[in-house]
Amino acid sequence: MSNIKKAFENGKAFIPFITCGDPDLETTALCVRAAAENGADLIELGIPFSDPTAEGPVIQGANIRALKGGVTTDKIFDFVKELRKDVKVPMVFMTYANVVFSYGAEKFISACRDIEIDGLILPDLPYEEKEEFLPLCHKYGVDLVSLIAPTSENRIAMIAKEAEGFLYIVSSLGVTGTRSEIKTDIASIVNVVRENTNVPCAVGFGISTPEQAKKMADVSDGAIVGSAIIKLIEKYGKDAPKYVGEYVKSMKDALR
Amino acid sequence: MTNKNGRFGVHGGQYIPETLMNAVIELEEAYNYYKNDREFNRELTELFNNYAGRPSRLYFAEKMTADLGGAKIYLKREDLNHTGAHKINNVLGQALLAKKMGKTRLIAETGAGQHGVATATAAALMGMECVVFMGEEDTVRQALNVYKMRLLGAEVVPVKTGTATLKDAVSEAMREWTSRISDTHYCLGSVMGPHPFPTIVRDFQAVISKEIKEQLLEKEGRLPNAVVACVGGGSNAIGSFYHFINDNEVKLIGCEAAGRGIDTFETAATINTGRIGIFHGMKSYFCQDQYGQIAPVYSISAGLDYPGVGPEHAYLYDIGRAQYVPITDEEAVNAFEYLSKTEGIIPAIESAHAVAYALKAAPEMGKDEIMVITISGRGDKDCAAIARYRGEDINE
Repeated sequence: MSNIKKAFENGKAFIPFITCGDPDLETTALCVRAAAENGADLIELGIPFSDPTAEGPVIQGANIRALKGGVTTDKIFDFVKELRKDVKVPMVFMTYANVVFSYGAEKFISACRDIEIDGLILPDLPYEEKEEFLPLCHKYGVDLVSLIAPTSENRIAMIAKEAEGFLYIVSSLGVTGTRSEIKTDIASIVNVVRENTNVPCAVGFGISTPEQAKKMADVSDGAIVGSAIIKLIEKYGKDAPKYVGEYVKSMKDALR
Repeated sequence: MTNKNGRFGVHGGQYIPETLMNAVIELEEAYNYYKNDREFNRELTELFNNYAGRPSRLYFAEKMTADLGGAKIYLKREDLNHTGAHKINNVLGQALLAKKMGKTRLIAETGAGQHGVATATAAALMGMECVVFMGEEDTVRQALNVYKMRLLGAEVVPVKTGTATLKDAVSEAMREWTSRISDTHYCLGSVMGPHPFPTIVRDFQAVISKEIKEQLLEKEGRLPNAVVACVGGGSNAIGSFYHFINDNEVKLIGCEAAGRGIDTFETAATINTGRIGIFHGMKSYFCQDQYGQIAPVYSISAGLDYPGVGPEHAYLYDIGRAQYVPITDEEAVNAFEYLSKTEGIIPAIESAHAVAYALKAAPEMGKDEIMVITISGRGDKDCAAIARYRGEDINE
């Protein structure tokens, strides 16, 4: 069990997502610190991918801006290593299978251990394909986070039984992005999860307001927010860290 | 050829979001049931023969054979199918399957527009709703096909993300599928994507090699020495190869789009220039940079302008069963003109890549040898672009 467990020891967890290198790594570093100082329990760091098929327009935009800015996997590893000197909050990478595979899975996952990345979220690596990276994740003590979707139904128990770190419950059909309403019956998904594992579960996709976060966290162990934060970074650029900090504080306050 | 979880050697698999897993499992179960269902096969054969115009002709290209002075050349005329390309084979199969599954809406990606037109056609025929995703760049280059799809009742969604071409249309169709699954079937256009698509599309396209084999046995009483087809995702090629895979004496040659050359960055020759990766639901070869970012690719042919290749081709390459050769824009355009002038057949620029290989290889073969070239589609759609390539501006 990695550090991820600690993220769920301060009440309901608030988990922000930030794309590394959008608009540059200096701003990302300041945003991560602002999030950590304002109560983020776990931080998802996105390694940009050219063709992020699970993302809506907002996070696609962040991926494109970051890649145009010249960020690479190696630069992100160096950046996290530097960040880890003072940022102690658990952190996971969110990226796509090809970013890991193409770098060399063992080289990538051992680097995660070296820079104290606690887990990996790969939205295009379902249960059926997790053997691709799981043995290496076990070897280097990095949790491979599984996702559960509104369509998972009969698969929830199977996925939950083998879950590590935390379970990422996808709140809605479709891609990432803010939504005015979340219709999925999260509580009944969480019930099946609870029957099959003690691993905590957090809900993501479509959450932007403190009210939504509270509603989701009330029936789970935490809330994940990506697009709403990326919108702040898109809007304020280098001035974003202050706004990200304020936003994280308002969200964590709602979950306390 | 497929083993468990849709692997072809190390290639294939199901690298897709969890949201889609039950949809592909449901599709696989339905396909495994219907592929052996007598009524399904009767209906599909009926559609193939009386709607699409199958079997397509195997034509002896006598003038081309005499001109090249080597192997005897036969052309498999998929260009004569309804909608003008092999795409209709797969689309009729998938649309019928989707209908049996109770789906009422088809979505599809398209590059040049051939698969989009075929899908819109099948949707019109079967009374289904249809939405086609097409790179914005391609909607401009192929305005006529956009009009045809709309005429057939489909909605065409221009995709503005990324390079605004085929790969982005695939990504957007996948995104759309995750948002609406219960009534929607994603009618994928090539032997790519997550299992079971590479197998399903191959099986529906395998009618091409089944017919070639029967027709050539009737005409010549023997198997060909070589079967040649162009490869983007690879559906007409795998369809042309499939029933010959176990006939080791038959050479299988896939022609990739080299664009301005495989030593340039303006190429789409995936097997010749790419390396193994995971994208669009499958493990296969992809054009990508050292960090796994998918490369922008280029070819004069919008239908071959894709940074990946179907997993079964990647496997046939790995085991040395098929050869994949690069053909440049210039070679393809020359072949486009050659076949038009020599045989009175205007091939799709995609298919012209296969003809270009024949122009080089057939003269080196003996007169007692036989080469079959699949003409995957007709070239009407390409005339304006080829004219432009030759410096002539014509109104479409």
